[in-house]
Amino acid sequence: MKDFDYAAPTALEEAVALLAQHNGSAKILAGGTDIIVQLREGLKDADVVVDVKKIPELTELKYSTESELSMGASVPCYRLYESPEIVSAYGAVTDSARIIGGWQIQSRASVGGNLCNSSPAADSIPSLIAHHAVAHIVGPNGSREVPVTEFCTAPGKNVLEPGELLVKITLPAPVSKSASAYLRFIPRNEMDIAVAGVGSWVKLSEDGGTITDARIGVCAVSATPQFAEEASAFLAGKPATDETFAAAGELAKKVASPIDDMRGTVEYRIHLIGVLTKRTLNIACERAKDN
Amino acid sequence: MAKKQVVTSNINGEEVEFLCKPQQSLLEVLRDELDLTGAKEGCNNGNCGACTVMLNGHPVNSCLVLGVEAEGAEITTVESIAEGGELHPLQQCFLEDAALQCGICTPGFLVAAKALLEKNPDATEHDIRFNLANNLCRCTGYDKIVKAVQNCQTQSKEAVSP
Amino acid sequence: MSTETPDKPQTEVFLGKTDYKVIGTRPIRHDGAEKVTGKAIYTADFKLPGMLHGAILRSPHPHANIKSIDTSAAEAMDGVMAVITAADMPGLKDKNANLGEGSVNLLDLGSNVLAHGKVLYRGHAVAAVAAKTVHIAQEAIKHIKVEYEELPAVTWVLDAMKEDAPILLDRVRTDDMGKMSDSPTNVAKHIRFEKGDIDDGFSQCDIVIEKEFRTETVHQGYIEPHASVASWNEDGHLKIWTATQGSFTARQQTAELLELPVSKVTVTPCEIGGGFGGKIAVYTQPVAALLSQKSGRPVKVTMQRNEVFEGTGPTPGSYMKVKLGATNDGKLVAGEAWLAYDAGAFPGGVIGPGCMCVFSCYDFEHAKVDGYDVLVNKPKTQAYRAPGSTHVAFAVETIVDEIAEKLERDPIDFRIQNAAKEGTVRVDGLKYPRIGLVETLEALKNSDHYQSKLEGPNKGRGLGCGFWFNIGLKSSVTATVNSDGMVSLIEGSTDIGGTRTSIAMQFAETLGIPAEDVIPKVADTDSIGYTDVTGGSRVTFSTGLAAYKCALDIQDQLRARAAELWDCEPENVTIEEGVYSHNGDTMTFKELAEKASQVGDPVAGSATVSPDCFTNGFAAHLADVEVDPETGKVTILRYTAVQDAGKAIHPSYVEGQMQGGAVQGIGWALNEEYFYDEAGNMKNASYLDYRMPTCLDVPMIETIIVEVPNPDHPYGVRGVGEPPICPPPGAIANAIYHATGVRMTQLPISPPKLWKAISEK
Repeated sequence: MKDFDYAAPTALEEAVALLAQHNGSAKILAGGTDIIVQLREGLKDADVVVDVKKIPELTELKYSTESELSMGASVPCYRLYESPEIVSAYGAVTDSARIIGGWQIQSRASVGGNLCNSSPAADSIPSLIAHHAVAHIVGPNGSREVPVTEFCTAPGKNVLEPGELLVKITLPAPVSKSASAYLRFIPRNEMDIAVAGVGSWVKLSEDGGTITDARIGVCAVSATPQFAEEASAFLAGKPATDETFAAAGELAKKVASPIDDMRGTVEYRIHLIGVLTKRTLNIACERAKDN
Repeated sequence: MAKKQVVTSNINGEEVEFLCKPQQSLLEVLRDELDLTGAKEGCNNGNCGACTVMLNGHPVNSCLVLGVEAEGAEITTVESIAEGGELHPLQQCFLEDAALQCGICTPGFLVAAKALLEKNPDATEHDIRFNLANNLCRCTGYDKIVKAVQNCQTQSKEAVSP
Repeated sequence: MSTETPDKPQTEVFLGKTDYKVIGTRPIRHDGAEKVTGKAIYTADFKLPGMLHGAILRSPHPHANIKSIDTSAAEAMDGVMAVITAADMPGLKDKNANLGEGSVNLLDLGSNVLAHGKVLYRGHAVAAVAAKTVHIAQEAIKHIKVEYEELPAVTWVLDAMKEDAPILLDRVRTDDMGKMSDSPTNVAKHIRFEKGDIDDGFSQCDIVIEKEFRTETVHQGYIEPHASVASWNEDGHLKIWTATQGSFTARQQTAELLELPVSKVTVTPCEIGGGFGGKIAVYTQPVAALLSQKSGRPVKVTMQRNEVFEGTGPTPGSYMKVKLGATNDGKLVAGEAWLAYDAGAFPGGVIGPGCMCVFSCYDFEHAKVDGYDVLVNKPKTQAYRAPGSTHVAFAVETIVDEIAEKLERDPIDFRIQNAAKEGTVRVDGLKYPRIGLVETLEALKNSDHYQSKLEGPNKGRGLGCGFWFNIGLKSSVTATVNSDGMVSLIEGSTDIGGTRTSIAMQFAETLGIPAEDVIPKVADTDSIGYTDVTGGSRVTFSTGLAAYKCALDIQDQLRARAAELWDCEPENVTIEEGVYSHNGDTMTFKELAEKASQVGDPVAGSATVSPDCFTNGFAAHLADVEVDPETGKVTILRYTAVQDAGKAIHPSYVEGQMQGGAVQGIGWALNEEYFYDEAGNMKNASYLDYRMPTCLDVPMIETIIVEVPNPDHPYGVRGVGEPPICPPPGAIANAIYHATGVRMTQLPISPPKLWKAISEK
């Protein structure tokens, strides 16, 4: 690995100043499960690595049933899925957190890091999209909020400007009869990059029979994870049946414009979006009935 | 050139001070600076689990941790599993159940499996397989590793309720 | 495999014992405690004072001429102590060196270790650096400037055989059944085996099925990357500590490449983190040695994981066309195979055993096999567990399953009816001695698994068989009886999976002492007699045989010593289960050892063997699968492996071999492959994308050990390591067929492929 300096600021301002001073040659270290590999393999370059895990705002995880979920950008995955309340209210997010790498990865990797790494196949992003998540960013010019749907701009690229830092991600408070689920397709059962991934959130009518609102996010089928807007809109007012799920799956495929690579063909990936949409809607509806 | 930094950690119950450069991983520090070669390097990118150690109570791939991040941290490695001259029951089960062949993945499996049993003594076969999926073994086909973990569960339950 | 016949076959015969004290028990392995505590020393754990760290520069191109290499910038870096290229390797000769389990051309071997004028695959080693830290070494190789002239590459075996294919090595000619062709080619060898009359055979058949198959390159996948430490002394003596399956072959290859007498090289085998055939050829050893020579310091060279995938020897991709014919009464009559295996970048792949194994499980009269050894722009292939046999087992077992189905026969009964047995002549002319395939199939038929029902949609059950020769070759052991009655046992076989214990157990059984009273140790090349590689499933058989003979040597010495103590003739001392008796006086082994240490010479024994026979291992596996028809993903629901072990010395480790081999075969069947882009670059050189099974991908692997004693071993041992990788692809493909109605003829049967096949059904 190339030589670099290390800094571990303990306050946001300090971190922002450091990042601004290095104007892009500083790289942020949260869980390190992507950045350390990228530095080692020469895919990224850094003069200084800024460890953000000592900044209180980035390690704070706040949730109560009345309020939104606020996840500091470096909160490791395990803290999410070890909370039964978060699992119940934000199932798609914890489904994702539970399969980002293996256990050892989840001890370190954060959803914030997964977002900032901005891989087209990032497992947490469809779930964040499904949950209407917002990214809270600070930088030399103050703070700003960006919906997660607009966060990623290209493979490995996002809206963060040099000097900017993701502080936290917020997800709206859960409403009754709502739930979500994330599934990805991988050839093995663990330790793989998604060939395709879908996160679905639904809200059901009080009797549980009708979908009143839905949001579907997809990944690994385009340069950035996508909000499947047409499929999501279609679901409102539809009965929660297999036919509805399948029809939504067909619509969700429309946002897929994947590539052929070692992980799957174009045809296969588009097909998988249909299958996974159907399956995640089914799971989300089942979960919603109990919420 | 970045200077070496002084890092203080608690490693296997002992306060340890070491020098390391920011580019050195915790795995390199353990192996090259501290002579704790029990954690192995199999892939150096978090995919094989042979370098698993406990960091502040959580299993991590030490190849994906910088040595400098260990400042103030509590680290335990495979070298600390046997205590007071006795093998840990899990180690004993690995031996009795022939859960190792070449042995290179064994330290990582032991650290992860011990963490699992401490967290979830009633782990099912699926739980065991799910939580150990970050540890690759190419020799055993996993059968005897999973059985060793299960036998260790059974033995510790018998020890509690004779 | 050795093809030479020694003057005197040194085999022992089966003693016919059925009642053992040590053999068949499950003692804790002797090296166990240090392996579960992290104390065992693998090569990467080994350090010498003043040791430098190496890094290897590798080709980014799959095929290119090297126009120039400029190492000056790297040499000028702080902390860099030596830089080497092929120019630092002594003049290589176009000469074959016999390495025991096969021979190798030294020009090819040397050119593979460091590219000579041309790179033949992406990842081909070009230069190396030794520096004060590994980070400096890794930075320094980036400062070596190599000017390449890129050439078109070819990675698919049939493309490489075409007239207009890019030629890898101008010196290669086709050895066409002994006749050499006269123009450059990628086809290094064409071999043919025939028996009976193939046309006549097929004319007798009521049913003939012919299919084409394709398999991709797969890697052994051992978790420990290759590593060596070398220290070149000023007196010209080279010491190497390394991860190798054979310390003596590592010594010989290194010595030949560096033009040293073998005795000037000492190889100490460290604990080894898996090999499966991939740690026989040298890679890091000569590089570390040259760096040490040039820097004057000890040097450690370890590979990164991507270097292991791209720069060491996987096992070949293949194209196979196989045809089998049977009569309506279920008798196989004729078989024909046309096999093209890629050799990687240099000649000498595993096509030979592929041709010999293709019909090895069946007894039929007429057969013809053509095999081709073909160069492609991929790493030089190496052995991988039953090298060449898994490919053909996949093809043959698929067709056998289809014939059985068409004839409406039970797949096991059909195989039993046609199974190879004692006296069956294989296509390459070998006549089997007593073998255990029928017993293996019968055990599977009687298993709980086979007798159970598999019900439900998208589920299927499949059967596959497999064979490996299991070789003999040379082994040495020595032993010393200590005054406390324990015995130190020194052996030359590196221990990859518990062979210290399986050898010690045979030694203990012979002497009538507990396994725990033997202290087995793997020694360096100066401390034990010549021993061939840990490979070919030979160690428990052959080194076990040496241990048996060594134990008899010790026993004879102790008998004589007892006779001295009792003042009688040695032949009047009787020995039973380690108790020495004469005229009512008895001494246990321990008592005698203590007394013997006080009078007379120390008791030390030795034995060397070179059994020139095969132990012939057969396996049959049964797989239940469930296929997700919407995604093409296969879940293994239940899996049973049955194998004839001859005699299982340590049943746990026999089961372990069967389970490990089965899971490697499952990986090969479902997901493992080298994925190449159009230009010939491997795209998945990591454990993330080279998808070996995790523990969540497989169920428990049930095992049934069959014991049909090997007539050529005192305890009936057959090798067990290799056969279990052969059946899985066939068994799983057959199970998938019975689940979906789709016959998959290409490996891996990855989800996209299977989904497509199902949707096009």
